[in-house]
Amino acid sequence: MNFLSLFVLLPLLMILALFVARSRKQILGIMVAGSTLLVALAGFLAFQYIAVRNSGITDPMLFTASLSWFKPLHIQYAMGVDGVSVVMLCLSSLIVFTGTFVSWKIAPLTKEFFLWYCLLATGVFGFFISLDLFTLFLFYETALIPMYLLIGVWGSGRKSHAAMKLTLMLMGSSMILLVGILGIYFGSGATSMHISELAQRTMPMEQQYFFFTLTFFGFGVLGALFPFHTWSPDGHASAPTAVSMLHAGVLMKLGGYGCFRIAIQLMPEAAEKLSPIFLVLTAIGVVYGAMAAIRQTDLKYINAYSSVSHCNLVLFAILMLTQTSLTGAVLQMLSHGLITALFFALIGMIYGRTHTRLITDMGGLMKIMPFLGVSFVIAGFSNIGVPGFSGFVAEMTIFVGSFENGDLFRRILTVAAVTSIVIGAVYILRSIGKFLQGPLQNEEHGKLDDARWFERLAVVTLIAGILYLGSFPTGIAEIISNSFSSMLQVAK
Amino acid sequence: MSYFDNFLIMRSEISLLTVILFLLLFDIIAGKRGKKYFQPVAILLFALHTLLNLVPMATGESFGGMYQYHPVMTIIKTVLNVAMLIIFLQSKHVFDGNEMKNQRGEYYFLTLSTLLGMYLMISSGHFLLFFIGLETASIPLATLVAFSKHCKKSAEGGAKFILLSAFSSGILLFGISYLYGTTGSLYFSEVSTQISHNPLQLMAFVFFLSGLFFKVSFVPFHLWTADVYEGAPTNVTSYLSVVSKGSAAFVLMTLLFKLFGSYVHEWQTLLFWIIIVTIIVGNLFALRQQNFKRFLAFSSISQAGYIALGIISGSALGMTTVIYYIFVYLFSNLAAFGVISAIESRTGKIDIPDYKGLYQTNPKLSFVMMLAMFSLAGVAPFAGFMSKFFIFSAAAQQGYYLLVIVAVVNTIISLYYYLRVVKAMFIDQNEEPLPTLRTDSWNRVSLIFCTAAIIFVGLLGFILDIIERQSFGI
Repeated sequence: MNFLSLFVLLPLLMILALFVARSRKQILGIMVAGSTLLVALAGFLAFQYIAVRNSGITDPMLFTASLSWFKPLHIQYAMGVDGVSVVMLCLSSLIVFTGTFVSWKIAPLTKEFFLWYCLLATGVFGFFISLDLFTLFLFYETALIPMYLLIGVWGSGRKSHAAMKLTLMLMGSSMILLVGILGIYFGSGATSMHISELAQRTMPMEQQYFFFTLTFFGFGVLGALFPFHTWSPDGHASAPTAVSMLHAGVLMKLGGYGCFRIAIQLMPEAAEKLSPIFLVLTAIGVVYGAMAAIRQTDLKYINAYSSVSHCNLVLFAILMLTQTSLTGAVLQMLSHGLITALFFALIGMIYGRTHTRLITDMGGLMKIMPFLGVSFVIAGFSNIGVPGFSGFVAEMTIFVGSFENGDLFRRILTVAAVTSIVIGAVYILRSIGKFLQGPLQNEEHGKLDDARWFERLAVVTLIAGILYLGSFPTGIAEIISNSFSSMLQVAK
Repeated sequence: MSYFDNFLIMRSEISLLTVILFLLLFDIIAGKRGKKYFQPVAILLFALHTLLNLVPMATGESFGGMYQYHPVMTIIKTVLNVAMLIIFLQSKHVFDGNEMKNQRGEYYFLTLSTLLGMYLMISSGHFLLFFIGLETASIPLATLVAFSKHCKKSAEGGAKFILLSAFSSGILLFGISYLYGTTGSLYFSEVSTQISHNPLQLMAFVFFLSGLFFKVSFVPFHLWTADVYEGAPTNVTSYLSVVSKGSAAFVLMTLLFKLFGSYVHEWQTLLFWIIIVTIIVGNLFALRQQNFKRFLAFSSISQAGYIALGIISGSALGMTTVIYYIFVYLFSNLAAFGVISAIESRTGKIDIPDYKGLYQTNPKLSFVMMLAMFSLAGVAPFAGFMSKFFIFSAAAQQGYYLLVIVAVVNTIISLYYYLRVVKAMFIDQNEEPLPTLRTDSWNRVSLIFCTAAIIFVGLLGFILDIIERQSFGI
């Protein structure tokens, strides 16, 4: 066992510590300490990874270790990382960290909130370090059920309904995914559940078609695949802020990650043949999500549909199957994760003050809360894809990579997807203009205070991430790109 | 083999019989002061019996083949013993109360007798011993169902159970008689070699299976389940849902593998449709239930359907996953029943709407119930997730992907009604939630044990290994 297991052990230790914590100070202290350690661990991993890569080692997966777990089914507790995993782990730790600060004032039942939050974090981190099908699926499922309680107890609005719908739809897709995983295991000869070993084998084609569809669907629904994205708007709108951040920022990326790590890497032939169908669905999703966002007046719903659009873009890029588009997909996962987390954090802060999320009820807030206002504008511009911020880097890479495909069908779809940028500008600029600028809609809003220290910390951290990725993307892009070259070699 | 060895191989039956007789004598002879120690002594003795029978022995048989022993039987008997122990821990407070105080001795004697019957059923190599075991396991159960003497529902449950039980045993016996008529022997080893596609034998096979399906509560032999579970005292219900069902499922599996091996095609087709109907009907009916015990009755019907997914595979992996599933299922179910028992004995409330807002007053009980519901639904990272994954893999290995998809879709439906309980306890607001209870300490021990098992059993890989080493297929 190596230090990768710490990613899972640390949140579990935090859960244990939270069980015995008594006062609010202790609870918050444990959470801050734990999440800071996780960020440090992710940073350490990133440095180690770059160092090992620079010394010339070209194994597809680094820091691997495995323990036999359930022998009858060849299940191992196997872990390892490549460039993509490292990037995702850094993103997750950053969002867990900022989410802690955004939830500084959560009440009642603060302890229970953070308990489920840590369980969610355990599932997410475990997912990214797992290299065994069953272990990966176990962590994937672990990240699902805390959502029900987090939304149902600490949420707002139609929280019961939203929580049940989200849980049932996501569990539904993961159950379909279970069938897909069993199919992959038995179709590849039932000798191992380890992803690297399965990647070496080829499954018979009829089985590949069937199980690729199930697996891609299973992961895709979590990645907001159109038309199964309907859990997302209600779920995000009703969830408490930190949960929305974690869910839209990280959990939806689990879907995209699973799609290429499992569905495409293990069944590349079927992926090629079936990609047109899913490309159409994701392209529709990209445009539909953006258009639906135009109609919304509730800030959280605007952001939720925007997330649907961007996550469909991730799946779209993955399905284009070129090295550049795959790199773009991961860059988009990273970038959108940060942007949407920032958005939800800001919306939560504004809602906590004005007690409304409707842009029609708010106006002229820029003068009252300049820090929050400017951060919101930054988030909005990143979302649209203004150069200098991460959104531009990601979307540029995706569209260039997608256009690399010579055939007309894919190029037309790429052009269709590009229109989402313009549509994005519409809803972002409209909403910003409506509630940040213009006259004050409500007298009460004039007396509101700006962001406090814990909120500023969270927002600045996320903006720093967005700016870094937007201004110095080469290093990260290289780490990601090199991981895909080895994966695509095996596929060809 | 010497005569003494003949008996030694029946180690578990003999030690159980010793416990039963000791408890019987204790109950009759002990005075008023002695009676106070009856339950702790009973629990202790039974724990000793469980420990004594943990280690498997070598395969063997006695009494000319009438009694068979295979190491896997020790594993399943240990599973049943553990379940029994937890049920005893949960029953203690019920029989300390004034209502049921005088029935204490009878409860332990009857329950242990049914367990002895189940042991005989599991270890039988001859139809006569099998039938004796079956009846010994069923008839005292009917008495136990009707145990609450002043409760009408209890009597109704008992009457329904004994009538249907006798009827299905009769049909089963009819099937056995035809098998005897066509093969000339009642020994399993001889009958299994002589089974061919004789129409009379096929009919006997169907009759025989019908009797067993009644015990396991497959659809359409399930109609007794809800009423009997609702009417019986909670501890008897927990016994029925876990031990009775678990032993019947195991016996069904071993008989289908060993005795009816030549009919593999027939019973796989039969089970295919029964699984689909059982899981769907069990889930659909559970959606509407408000009474917690009826709810768990229908949930247990659909769980029996999942268990059958392992049986239909006919492989060693199938047997491993069935035993593992029963093992995990017993902890989940008994945790739920423990909480229900604690609440029912203090407040008399048994409906799910009464549980609304339970977290405000009884956080620990709500937590245990939540874990039980999650484990039953198959939510990660609890043991129920592993058991469901493994049993689906056993069916998938033989290519039954359609069944797995049906099972998987129904898992979502089941998640809805299990989550409804969690929702009631944690999310729904209630003006007058149930008052804070102080659970009886023995019950508390059982709940802690079940909770630890739900959280940790799934993570321990060696349990599946131990079971797999002894399992066999067709």
